[in-house]
This record gives sequence, structure tokens and C-alpha cells, in this order.
Amino acid sequence: MSAKTGTINPPRSTVDVPPLNTAANKPTLAKTLGRLGLYVAAIAISMFFLCPIYLITISAFSPQKEIFAYPKALIPQSLTAETVLFFWNATGVQASLVNSVIVGTLTVIFALLVGAPAGYSLARFIFRGRDSYKLLILTTRAFPIVILSIPLAVNYISWNMYDTLWGVAFAHTAMALPTTILVTASIFIGVPRELEEAAQTLGCNRALAFIKVAMPLALPGLAAAAIFTFALSWNETFAATILTQRNRTLPALILSQIADVGAPLPYRFAAGFFLIAPSLLFIFIMRRYLFGMWGQVVK
Amino acid sequence: MATPQVTGDALASNMLAPPAANRSFARSRERALPFLLLVPSALFLVIFFAVPMVQALILSIHSPDGAWTLQYFERMVRDVNFTDAVRNTFLIILVAIPLQFLFAIVMGLLLQNKLRGSSLFLYFWAIPLAVSDLAAGLVWLAIFGDRGFVNSFLRTTGIAPIAFSWLSYENYGTLLMAVVIAEVWRATAIVMVIVVAGLQLIPPDYMEAAEVFGASRWQRIWHVQLPLIRPSLQVALILRTILAFQVFAVVIALAGRAMPVLASEAYNRYGELNPNGAAAYAFLILTISLITTIVYLIVLRTSEEEMGQ
Amino acid sequence: MGEIRIQNVWKYFGKAKVPALKDVTLTIQDREFMVLLGPSGCGKTTLLRCIAGLEYPERGRIFIGGRDVTDEPPRKRTIAMVFQSYAVFPHLTVFENIAFGLRMQKRPNEEVKQRVIKAADLMRIGAYLERYPAQLSGGQRQRVAVARGLVMEPQVLLMDEPLSNLDALLRLQARAELKRLLQEVQTTTVYVTHDQIEALSMGDRIAVMENGAIIQADIPSQVYEHPSSHFVGGFIGTPPMNFMRGTISRTNGTAALAVGNQFIHAALPANAPAGQELLMGIRAENIEASLQPVPDAIPGQVLVVEPLGSHLLLTVEVGETPLKVQTRVDFAVQPNQTVYLRLDPKQLRWFDPETGLRYEPEPSPL
Repeated sequence: MSAKTGTINPPRSTVDVPPLNTAANKPTLAKTLGRLGLYVAAIAISMFFLCPIYLITISAFSPQKEIFAYPKALIPQSLTAETVLFFWNATGVQASLVNSVIVGTLTVIFALLVGAPAGYSLARFIFRGRDSYKLLILTTRAFPIVILSIPLAVNYISWNMYDTLWGVAFAHTAMALPTTILVTASIFIGVPRELEEAAQTLGCNRALAFIKVAMPLALPGLAAAAIFTFALSWNETFAATILTQRNRTLPALILSQIADVGAPLPYRFAAGFFLIAPSLLFIFIMRRYLFGMWGQVVK
Repeated sequence: MATPQVTGDALASNMLAPPAANRSFARSRERALPFLLLVPSALFLVIFFAVPMVQALILSIHSPDGAWTLQYFERMVRDVNFTDAVRNTFLIILVAIPLQFLFAIVMGLLLQNKLRGSSLFLYFWAIPLAVSDLAAGLVWLAIFGDRGFVNSFLRTTGIAPIAFSWLSYENYGTLLMAVVIAEVWRATAIVMVIVVAGLQLIPPDYMEAAEVFGASRWQRIWHVQLPLIRPSLQVALILRTILAFQVFAVVIALAGRAMPVLASEAYNRYGELNPNGAAAYAFLILTISLITTIVYLIVLRTSEEEMGQ
Repeated sequence: MGEIRIQNVWKYFGKAKVPALKDVTLTIQDREFMVLLGPSGCGKTTLLRCIAGLEYPERGRIFIGGRDVTDEPPRKRTIAMVFQSYAVFPHLTVFENIAFGLRMQKRPNEEVKQRVIKAADLMRIGAYLERYPAQLSGGQRQRVAVARGLVMEPQVLLMDEPLSNLDALLRLQARAELKRLLQEVQTTTVYVTHDQIEALSMGDRIAVMENGAIIQADIPSQVYEHPSSHFVGGFIGTPPMNFMRGTISRTNGTAALAVGNQFIHAALPANAPAGQELLMGIRAENIEASLQPVPDAIPGQVLVVEPLGSHLLLTVEVGETPLKVQTRVDFAVQPNQTVYLRLDPKQLRWFDPETGLRYEPEPSPL
């Protein structure tokens, strides 16, 4: 019952409720089919991305003789850790896994230690040269980082840093740093400046205001940035291969085994699985920050 | 409590000379703070980025005995694999990148449709973001290898009983196809993320306005969404192309030495204890990347007015 | 003592040629409620932030309670501030938000608890102490922000548009409540707003700012009735003050303001010489409209009639100048009708048309 006309409607015992408008909500056949098509497309694309991961996983968990068997079944006949263990016990694998973790951790620490202050500065202050610095950082992305490794290797030999995990971590930090700076900047922009100012008026100095307010609020984003950096280091192959001889990271070891020694197939498949497994976790943790991490686009 | 003040006092004092500028130690430290925070990163980038870039150039034109020379470039060009490496790199880029963009745009638009489980789709599609090129190569090796899943499938279904060597040097076409598929699988995600980020920035008003004025779904995509994400596409294109010139491990994992590319040649020179030769290749990659970036920027230039900024 | 003295403060931002604050001098007395009023970009927030210590004036000094605090960081200024966005910490409960400053002072737990509860009760948010800000409404968050400042028992309370993020109805209610509260606590308050009604209704005094300078600092009634400039008159009041530009003519012993080809016979400022161009200002409620010609009234044509409930607001064109005129609701008038306007001679204000400042003629050589 509406009072649209402005006249007073006397209360009535029976209220005329217009029938529900169903026509507009009722999906037409074409709409349903179109919607269905979208799902089919989305699922097909998902298959394209997931199938290879499934296949490398069953390869890694098939017995070695099945890896060489032909034709293979798409559904594994038997699951065993034999192949994975063969890889696991191959020379250098365990040590290089440890190396990868150490290099990744060092890279995360360096990148955040050096990059986060810069990101904070770009996010919080307006100062002369701010835009130029931002632009400079963006342009570093236009340089292929592959070419860093060769002169760095030469330098490292003279600095006694060749074949050290520190050296690899520094190279990885240099590669990650531009992204770390821009990503942390966008994280700190998300923490309103007024919050820190409020803390300052309530008795904090600048550093304490940062620790008490900005840090806890930026923490989830910084954690995602850390994982991003770790993933970059975990996956980096070229520099790690060039800058090390015996202290290989996992991808460097695998690459050199494949390229130089011609490692057997079970080794390769198990290696592929070992490299990929953490990515599932990385992306799962970071899925909410995907666009902040990788979607960074010039304003 | 309050008494009227002389209203003109602020005005009258305007006539006076301004007081001396304030100075204090605490305040100048405050003013220096933004720069101090930048110093570590600037130093780091100089030592581990800028200097090596210059050194790469010097390495490529300076022999160990101290002479300036172009011999490394001459040797590079004369190398048996050089032409192949250039051709392969460019072919991979020319085929893979358009496919990546096509896929990424389709994926981005699909995600805009608020499908049930779209966050799950996004997760699946984003996984390759954290997969290295080496791992991607190994994954597709399991599929395209001689005893791989493709051949197994073809045999089991009876389509092709005889195993086909997809990755062999003799079958250049299928080898290239395998590398391209692996690249599309690995590197579409980053483009997709940039596209989605761009699409999310479009105010819904624009799409609704277009709908009100009678634009069909396809017209809205073609005339509203795609033009508006052009800057995002441009950035993604530059980023992807630069990364693609460095493609390396995926090729080695799939093809071994059967398919030389620029970065793998640099790797091989280095492995032959020839850092100067490696630097020459590295420098070639840098030059090509920069030229491509500049060409993109010129060809795809979007004027600021066009973007309404 | 919470007196604030601002002496010749200048503030520049970046490479901008125009200073954000231009030689601002103002004394805010202990326990006074001072409103900084002005349009956006006039420097009022910058001035507030200079008092807080969040901005540093390039020139000039600031004293709080007689102490020169120009070089001191905010935490040493015994001030508290309520931010426009409230700046309530999202990762802390309401209790911990209010307790934040006391915790920084390392007060004993028992005292913190007592003072927080007292402040929360004062702001009527005692029931929400364990909640997180995300679970509160805008109005409640605003109360938390005020409680967080008051609990510090500051010498000076600084408020930056604390009501501007509330919706209209809530703002009205919060305004009255805030006024009552601040009368109760008797803290020196500096309150920034662009809303002239807020300024008029709350402030002990209002400092009107334009382009980085204070152009009038006075009690609300003075600012309203005796604006110091064209700008102030035009900024304050709904509707703003009417202005007419004319020339003084003195013929046959009678003085009038010539506006176009009309002569307005009104009480002109004494000693204004003939031929002097002047800007005359008058508020809508000081113009009396009638349908019949009356002595000393000027004719005008009605353009718009806006019934506003308690009164009518007419827009009347006199010559080329539209004037806002307030009449009783039962004033029967239609657009395009001619009405006769009598301007209350005591309520005429005069401004220099060039500078916009109040016209103060040379003292008569008696």
C-alpha cells in the first residue's frame, strides 16, 4: 500500500499486493546457455593449468619402471615414493634444497630491510625527487636481469664472494628490490597516514608510531611481499647457476644436471615436482595479494 | 570568556617583514628522513644493478689483455648457433605473446562475470606465477616426451600407435609448439593478473552507462573495457616481452641443446669459461629489450587526454 | 594554562609559490573554543597541524601555555587531536584505543583502566570497550576518537572537521553533544571546519581564513553581523550576504548610492566623498519586502520564490543584481512580480570594492 499520491489511504482490511515480477528474473534459455558456456570455458582453462601439475605429480610418484613404460596410464597404477626418494638421495639435492631455503630467506631479509624503508619513504613523504626515484625503479624493470649475472660473477671472484650463498642472495635481492620497493610502497599507502600521526600526538615518536601502528597494519601485506620475494629466489635459475659452482641452489643444481650431465627422466620429473610443490602453497597464501604483488601497473 | 580581538591584527602584521626562517637540528633530521630511508636501496641498486650493467657492456668490448675490441660481437655473430638463437627467440615471442594476451584477456573477462567459485578459478590460474621456467619445462617434458603422456594417450586411444618425437630436432614445428605451450602455460598468469587489476579499476558506472545506451555485451567489451585497460596491456606487453627475451630454462628442459635461444647461448658461453662472449650475448639481449620497449612506447602511445587524466 | 599563541607563522609546501600560511598571528585564550573557518585550501588544517606539531612552520613561532613549542614534536606538546577520518586504530579494541596515550606514558594499569572507563562513559561508549573499530558505526568511532583525546587531559584539544564524515542528521545531534561536552571539560579547543553553521553555533570565537591568512577573528555574532570583508560576508550565513556595487552621489544635500540608474537612499558611511565607489552588503533577513511602494524602498523583480518552511526566500533582481530576501511564509508573491525592498539602514555594511575590506572612511575633520 503506497501513499504516493499524497492522499491519506484509509487502512483496509484486504491489501492488494501486486504479483511478484518473475518475468525479469526468470532466466531465458539463451541466458542459461551463455552462463553455462562461461563455466565450461572457466573449467577448461582450469584444466589446462591443473593437468600438467597433476601429471608431473603422478610421474613423480610412479615407480621408475612405470616412468619408462609406454604407453602410460593417465591414472597411476601404483603410487610409490621410489622416484621421489631416488631424486632426494641423488648427490647434492638435499644440500641444495637447504641452500635454496637459506638463499631465499636471506633474500627476503635483505629485500625487506633495504626495500621496505624506501617503500615507506615513497608512500609517506612528498619530497623533491620522489617521482624521479619511482620512475628510476620502474625503468630497472626494462633491463633484463639475466645480464647482471655475468659481470656479478666476475666481481664476486675478486670479492671472494663467488660460489657463496651470500652472493646469490645479493643478486636475487637486486632482482627483487624494485618490485619489493613498489609493493611495500603500495602496502604502506594502504595504512592511512593519519593513524601514525594520531599515535604521534598521543606520545609516540616517529619510530614508535611506526612500530605500534603502521607495522601491525602492514604486516599481512609485508608477509605476502616476503613470500613473493622468497618465491622469486626459489625459482631463479640463471643467476644461481652462474654465480655458484658447488654451492648450488635447487634449480641451479637441477639445471646443471640436465644441461651438463643429462640427468635421467625420473630425476627430472621428481625435480619438477619438488620445484612446483611450494608454488601451490605460495600462491595459496598470497592469493589475496596477487594484484598488489604482480598487478603493479604504472599509474 | 572570550573578548573580541582586534580584527585587523593579522592584516596589519602583513606589512611587517617576515620573521627569520626557523632552523633546528631535530627538524632538519625530519626533513632528511625521506632521503635517508632511500639511501640503502639506492646504494644497493648502484652496486648490484647499475655497476654490473655498465660492466656487462665493458666486458663485451674489452678483452682480458686490456684492449678495446669488437671481437666478441664478431665471434658471436659468426657462431653457428647465432642465427638459430635469434630466430628461435623471436619466433617464441611472436607466437607465445599474442596467445598469452588472448588467453589473459579471456580469463580476465571470465573472472568479471562473478562466476560461482571464481576465487578458486583465480587461484588455479595464478599458480604458474610462482612456477619457475625450469619447472615449467620439466612439467611439459613429462607430457611431450617420447614416452610422455601425449604419446601414451594417442596410443591408448589408437589415434597414433607409433610414438612421435615431439621434442626432437628434426620436428622443429612441434618442438616450437611445445615450448610455446609451456610458455603460455607459465607466463599467461602475470598478464592475466595485470588485466584483471586493470578491469577492476574501471568504474562500474561506465559499463552500466554503456548498457543503458544499448551496447551489447560484446560492444561493451570492445568499446569500453578493452580501450580502458589499454595502459595495463601496454605495461604487461613490455614486461612480458623483456622477460621473454630471457627465456632459457624452459627451452633447456624441453629441448636440451636442440633449440638454442639467446639466453641459453649466454649461459653456454659462460660455461665455456668465456665471460666476454657471454657478456656480448647479454648485451645483445639488453639492446633488443630496450629497442623493443621504445618501439612499444612509441607505437602504443596513449595520450593522457585519451585516458581522461 | 592552555593559551596558544601563534606569532607570524609562515608555511610553504614544496615548490608552490603561494604560501599555505601567510604570516598568521592569533592568540587563543585558555579554555577558549576557537573555530578555524574557511573554504577548502584556505590553510585552516595546515594551521591546526602546525599547532599539533605535525607540520613545521618555516617562519614564526608557536607557544602553548607560554612555552615555545615550535621545535617540539607532537608528543611533547601536551595536545590531543581528533582527526577528520578519526584515525581510530583498527587493530586495537576501543579500550586500547582510548588507553593508547596513557600506555605511552607508562601509567599504572589501574589508573589506565579508571581513566579509560571514565572517558568512555563521558562519551557514552562504555558498552563497546571490547569491540574493534570495524564493529562500530561512524558516530561511535568519532566518539572513540574524542574519548582518546580527552582521556589525556590535554592542555589543548585540536579537532579537524570531526563531524564532516557523519551524515546530516547525526551531525546535528553530535554538534550539540560536542558543544555540551566541551563546555563541561573546559579545555582550550581549536576546531577546524568549513561549515559556517558549525562555526557560528559552537565557537567562542571564529577565525575566518582565506588564502592562508586570518582575515577576521571575532565572536560569532560580530563575524556574522560585521564581516571584516566581502569574502567573510559572502562565506558566512545562509544565504550569504547580498552585495551591491554603486557610487556615492550627493545632490541637493541628500546622499544616495547610485546603482546603475537607481538611487538607493540609505544611511551612507559618514564622510564618504561623492564619487566614491562602494560595495554595499546586507543580509537577507534585513531586507523588508512589500507588494506596494513604500518610501525609501527600491523596486525589484522577483525571479525565484523558495518556500523554506519557516520563511520564504526570494531572489529579487534589482537592476542587474540578484538579491536574496527573506519574508514571512504568508507573503503572497509570484515570480515576475514587482516587489519593493526596504533595506534596514542600521544593517548596511560597506566594503571597498577594490580590496573587499570593510570601508573605513577617513575620520571626519571635526
